[in-house]
Amino acid sequence: MRELSLHILDIVTNSLEAGADRIILFIEELASVNRFRIVVHDNGRGMSQEAAQQVLDPFVTSRSTRTVGLGLPLLKMAAEQSGGYLVIKSTVGKGTRVTADFKKNSLNRAPLGDIAETVMNLIIGTPEIHLCYIHKTDKGVFIFDSYWILARMAEQNITLYELTKPVKERILSGLQKINSVG
Amino acid sequence: MKNLADLRKIKEKAKMEMASREKNVKYRVVVAMGTCGIAAGARNVMSALVDEIGTRSLKNTVITQTGCLGYCDQEPLVQVFEQGRPCITYGKVTPEVARKIVADHIVGNKVLSDYVFKQN
Repeated sequence: MRELSLHILDIVTNSLEAGADRIILFIEELASVNRFRIVVHDNGRGMSQEAAQQVLDPFVTSRSTRTVGLGLPLLKMAAEQSGGYLVIKSTVGKGTRVTADFKKNSLNRAPLGDIAETVMNLIIGTPEIHLCYIHKTDKGVFIFDSYWILARMAEQNITLYELTKPVKERILSGLQKINSVG
Repeated sequence: MKNLADLRKIKEKAKMEMASREKNVKYRVVVAMGTCGIAAGARNVMSALVDEIGTRSLKNTVITQTGCLGYCDQEPLVQVFEQGRPCITYGKVTPEVARKIVADHIVGNKVLSDYVFKQN
């Protein structure tokens, strides 16, 4: 995929299909240590360590698993091509944490792309889940919590769909403040 | 928003609003967001749907997402569910077609037969 934010959309969709209702998306771009890290941490049904290894193999994973398809192998490949790696830590009944580490300055690392669009689409599709997006750079931290949207909906009595522009603007200006280059 | 109790109240209120919205729902638009769908451009399709529905302030339509529907070659796929009528699945949807789906199918109540991939 052309953008890391598309991978993120895909991986978080796995979390939703695993029944998660609380998801933390953590992105860290640190030029100082040449690291671009993406972490998706959910409270879904989780899987055994054995299954967590299997989902990384595109030939073992089949549609019958249903929770995961080609998404994780693709992200793993993208991370490794940049000189990074991908690890999955999962506990049955507790949740799953996927960490993808990229070498930030690698030419093989795709840009982050339109992360505001990814976050917005995730919330639009499943407004009942709690999504917390944390973005860290060398300059600071930006946090966007899906409760912010619920609060605006309740306060201003407007629909979710009318809120897409303010949400995207808030995320983009927040990222600008911490000098995120994606 | 000040403390945890306020936050809970907001959550409850929002939940109630969403539940009441569910009652008025006539159309349910589902975007397939599997790996295949995303790679084929489902994110932009979803954004176009959301934008069009938001601009028109349609209260009777909800957008949700689902995983792979098993027709990866036809992605991006968009399904329109309407109570008491067969589900229409549109295939190879572009953002432009997505806007048309809102204008013609949901507002105009006319199926876009050129883009229908499956009906059941």
